[in-house]
Order: sequence, then C-alpha cells, then structure tokens
Amino acid sequence: MFILKILIRNAFRHKLRTFLTILGITVAILAFGLLRTFINAWYGGVEASSASRLVTRSSISLIFHLPLSYKDKIRQVDGVKVVSWGNWFGGVYIDEKNFFANFAVDAKSYLQLYPEFLLSPEETNAFLRDRKAFVAGRKLAKRFGWKIGDTVTLRGTIFPGNWDFVLRGIYQGRDETIDETQFFFHWDYLNETLKKRASARTDQVGWYMVGVSRPDRAIEVALAIDRTFKNSLAETLTETEKAFQLSFISMSETIIMAIQLVSFVVIIIIIAVVANTMSMTYRERIGEYAIFKTLGFRGWRIAGMIVGESMVITLIGSFLGIVLTFPVARIVGKMLSNYFPVFNVAEEAIYMDLAASIIIGLIAAIVPTYRSVRIRIADGLRRIG
Amino acid sequence: MAPIVEIIDVSKSYRRGNRTIPVLADINLNIEEGEFLALMGPSGSGKSTLLNLIAALDQVDSGAIRVGGIDITALSENELAEWRAVNVGFIFQFYNLIPVLTAFENVELPLLLTGLSRRQRNEHVEMALRIVNLEERMDHYPAQLSGGEQQRVAIARAIVTDPTILVADEPTGDLDKVAAREILELMDRLNRESHKTIIMVTHDPRAAEKARVIRRLEKGFLNDVHSQDPH
Ligand SMILES: Nc1ncnc2c1ncn2[C@@H]1O[C@H](COP(=O)(O)OP(=O)(O)OP(=O)(O)O)[C@@H](O)[C@H]1O
Ligand SMILES: [Mg+2]
Repeated sequence: MFILKILIRNAFRHKLRTFLTILGITVAILAFGLLRTFINAWYGGVEASSASRLVTRSSISLIFHLPLSYKDKIRQVDGVKVVSWGNWFGGVYIDEKNFFANFAVDAKSYLQLYPEFLLSPEETNAFLRDRKAFVAGRKLAKRFGWKIGDTVTLRGTIFPGNWDFVLRGIYQGRDETIDETQFFFHWDYLNETLKKRASARTDQVGWYMVGVSRPDRAIEVALAIDRTFKNSLAETLTETEKAFQLSFISMSETIIMAIQLVSFVVIIIIIAVVANTMSMTYRERIGEYAIFKTLGFRGWRIAGMIVGESMVITLIGSFLGIVLTFPVARIVGKMLSNYFPVFNVAEEAIYMDLAASIIIGLIAAIVPTYRSVRIRIADGLRRIG
Repeated sequence: MAPIVEIIDVSKSYRRGNRTIPVLADINLNIEEGEFLALMGPSGSGKSTLLNLIAALDQVDSGAIRVGGIDITALSENELAEWRAVNVGFIFQFYNLIPVLTAFENVELPLLLTGLSRRQRNEHVEMALRIVNLEERMDHYPAQLSGGEQQRVAIARAIVTDPTILVADEPTGDLDKVAAREILELMDRLNRESHKTIIMVTHDPRAAEKARVIRRLEKGFLNDVHSQDPH
C-alpha cells in the first residue's frame, strides 16, 4: 500500500515531464494499434472466408478462364454440395477512382454459398426474377446513395460498352468481418449479351466456387476436382477459399512486412524515450533511494518503487492510446473504406497493445532498478546536498 | 558494563582508479551507553567515513565493530538492513526527508518495516513529533517547512523506533544559529532525559560544546579524549 502511494506520487512529481512521456506513449500505442489494425484489415477477407468453400480456377493463372461445361463435372465429384461460378467484371462507375469490386455470378447458387450475405426473401426474389438486376453491399449502396430500383450504369473495361443494372437488393453482412462493398449481378446477363455480340468469350468462367458437404474433407474434394480435369485442355487448381485469398495477399507480403517492422520500431523508440525519462528520474532520486536503504528498506522494495512508477506512467499512456484507437480507427476506416471493406480494431490488436505497454514499462525500468539495487548507500548519500 | 559501541582496529581505504587512499588507520574507540560524543576534525579526515561504518552504511577493510554486543562487520547485507532498521537512528546535514511524503509519513517510514499495527504506528509517530514539538505540522510536506523544522522531523524519524544509537552527521551544518541551537538543545534533551546514545560529527565548536565527550580525527587517527563537563 505504502509503495503504491509513494510510486504514484513520484510519478507525478515532474508534471510536465510525466505528461510529455505519457503523451509519447499514447501516440506510440495509438500508432501501434492502428498499424496492427491495418494488418488485420489486410487479412480481413481471409478471416471471413469459410472452411467449407473451395475455389477452382485455371492452373495456369487467374487470368485464364475455364469452360462453363466444367460445372456439371464438378457437381459429380464426391463431397460437392453446391457449385457456383463467377467472372470478374471490372466495370467502372462514372470515374476510375470510384473503385469497388464487381462481378458476374450465378445468382442462385452464389446466394446459397454465401449465407453470410443477408438478403431479405423479397429482395432475393426480385433479384432472381430480373436478369438485369444487381445486388450491392450496404456500405457500397450508402456510399453512392443508391436506392432499390435505381439504374446504375457501369462502363466495361474487360467487356466493352455501357452496362445498365437495376438495384434489386442490398445485403448486410452477418457480422462485422463481412465485406459490405460488393456488387454482383447475373452471370447469364453477361453471357447472353456476349453471345449476341458473337464474342469469343462466351461460356467462359473466371472461377468456380464449390461448397463441400464436410469441411474436414475439403482438401480431398479439391484434389478430386483437379484430378477430374487432369490432362484436359484447361487444367484446374482448386484450393480452399482461405488459401485463395492468401494467394492474393502474398503479392503484397512485402508491404505487410514493412508495416510490421514499422509497428515494432515505434515500440522500440518509445521504450528508449521512457527509459530515458526513468533514468533521468532515477539520477535525481539516487539520494532518496539511498535514504530508504539507510532506513533498512531492502533492494526489492526500491525496485518495486521504480518498476511501479514506470508501469504507472506506461499504463496510463497505453490506456489513453487504446481508448483513442477506436475513434481514430473509425475515421481512418472511413477514409480507406474503398480499399478495406472491414477496418475494425481487432481484439488481438488490443492484446498486442497491452503486451507492448508492459514490455515498455519493464524494459524502461531495468537500468535504474539495477543501479538502485547495486548502489552502495554511502555513495548514494554523497549525492545529496 | 561493556560499551555500547566498540571499534576495534578498524581500517578503511578507498580505491580511486588504481590508487588506494587510506582514510582510517587502526581506529580504536569505545562509546558508553548514554554517551553524547562529538567527532571533530578537519575536512577530509574521515569523520563521515567512521560514522558510516558505525551505522553499518559502509564496510570496514579490517577490524571489527560491535554495537550492543553484535559484531556488525560479520553480518550480510540483508542482515545489516534489518539491523539498521532496529538499531540506528540517522540525522543528516541535509535532513534527507522524502519530499513526496508528509512530515507524518516521513516519521512513519522506519515503522513500516516493523510488525506494528496501524494504530500503534500512529501512536509512535505522534509521540515522536510531540517530542520535537511539531505535532501540529504533521500534514505538511518538507518543502512547507523551514530547515530547522525539517531537521526536527528528521530527528523524530530517527527516534521513532527507539534505536540503540543515534548518529548525526553535521546536523546543524545547514542551519542558521537559532535553528542550530534548537536542534542541539533537542539532542541534548534526548541524551539527558531519554538517555539516548548519540554520536555526532560536527565542525561547529558550539555544537561540540553540548557533547559530553569530544574526539578529534586527524588524518585517519583519533586523538585523545576530551571529556568535558557541560555547563
Ligand atoms: N566513496 C568514496 N570514494 C572515494 N573516496 C572517498 C569516498 N568516500 C570518502 N572518500 C574520501 O575519504 C576521505 C574522507 O572522507 P569523509 O567524507 O569521511 O571526510 P569528512 O571528515 O567527513 O570530511 P567533511 O568534514 O568534509 O565532511 C576524503 O578524502 C574523501 O575524498
Ligand atoms: Mg563528512
């Protein structure tokens, strides 16, 4: 109790210095938390991906397509429950900078495969009945102010021309890890239009999405699918949705590594700052610690005072930093919502913050603690006066 | 009766770089219980060093020091800490109070290492502050007290555990004449009325006057005894 009292009073002896140190810690923990959140957001799609879904694509590359006829063969593979397919459309809404993901999907099977996209029965029916219909995520619709029944025109990049779509449904994510910025419409609409234009790209599928009946057998099913198309004109590569998402992310792995590194550098810098504060403080108090020792206080009690003071300062700063992370992440998330459908402070980021702050507090106290325990009383007392 | 402090053939030197500086050489000194001893001598003669050895703040190179029959040169660091808490009251030139603690809390400090209950501690602290006549200032912080008052708090802290010996290193060195006289009178009273054994290092002849015995330290050697009959 006594040690607690004195270490708290000591912590606020130099109000300005303590305030500045706390401010530094707050900013560092805030930065650290945001960077961790950023990294989490990057992996966001992976988190939301389901273990019971597979993605089948061309074994050569994502830009090579697969024939539509594969859908029946995939359906026949043992363990396959649902097969859906899609094409990346890559349409532009008014301006390039309004980027969002848009693709053509086999509507019915797609909705069946993605129960995490919540769509009311009325809207589902309206979507399925209208071949020019599309469904948008809640965030996306809100971003452009689209209402049910609105016509939205996309300028095709992969598939030239202006394409009109009618908004028939706005889906909501089942939880906050679900991407609410997607735009999807009927694959049939795309395909029929291409047929009318006598395009060579009809009956071509970008990728198949496969629902398996038992997640624990997903790998077996994936291998069975690929075996089916071995030595055919278009060989396939089937992987879990998670692996599929990760293969996208791995392209930007170096950026993530750099951000990881920066986040730790921030912590190292703040350790140096707090350690400096603590040793300044210690130098001023050598005499006082010597008095405690003179009166019979043992080293561990003095160590407790120093470590405790360091922890009090660090934890206050960290607490403020953590509290601030939430509103700041919301603002940053809004600014980056085109790129990161999900930008939420993860529980994990908070644990990392706490771990970082404990490490800061302890490391900063090491040198002063060591010195105070080691110093001879007579030498300490000589510093007074 | 055996002396309360026995210093036997004590030597002490300091090492500075690769040079050894002898400070005390074969010191022998007995201090009787209830004595008020003034240790005088020029600056650098080793007065503080000797006092620190008696109070177990520093270790001898050779020789032995017995206080209350215990050879403190044979104790470990941790045993010494415990021993100091029980047996020695300290008074320093610069008061050495803890600035973030009130007068009351400063006096209470040594009691925190004892098994006393909160109520017992309060009683002891109040009594000690009453002896130094500062009980109405107990909630003040050191910065709110004058030098003389701070030194009186330090004296209260030194006596609150009722230690075997009181050691004082130039207790009046930082005070003006009036405050210095108050402190000396207080120490004199502690010695006469409460029979405290006091060992005081001082430069000040007037301070030494209060003491019953004066010893001079000259280049690491102790000179003869000057017993004086005070007043
Ligand atoms: N820790 C130390 N390291 C090196 N030398 C020391 C140390 N402590 C004391 N000395 C030296 O020992 C000698 C005696 O010092 P001490 O402090 O005992 O003298 P003193 O008689 O108390 O002097 P003063 O009247 O100025 O307080 C001095 O020369 C001092 O420089
Ligand atoms: Mg001295």
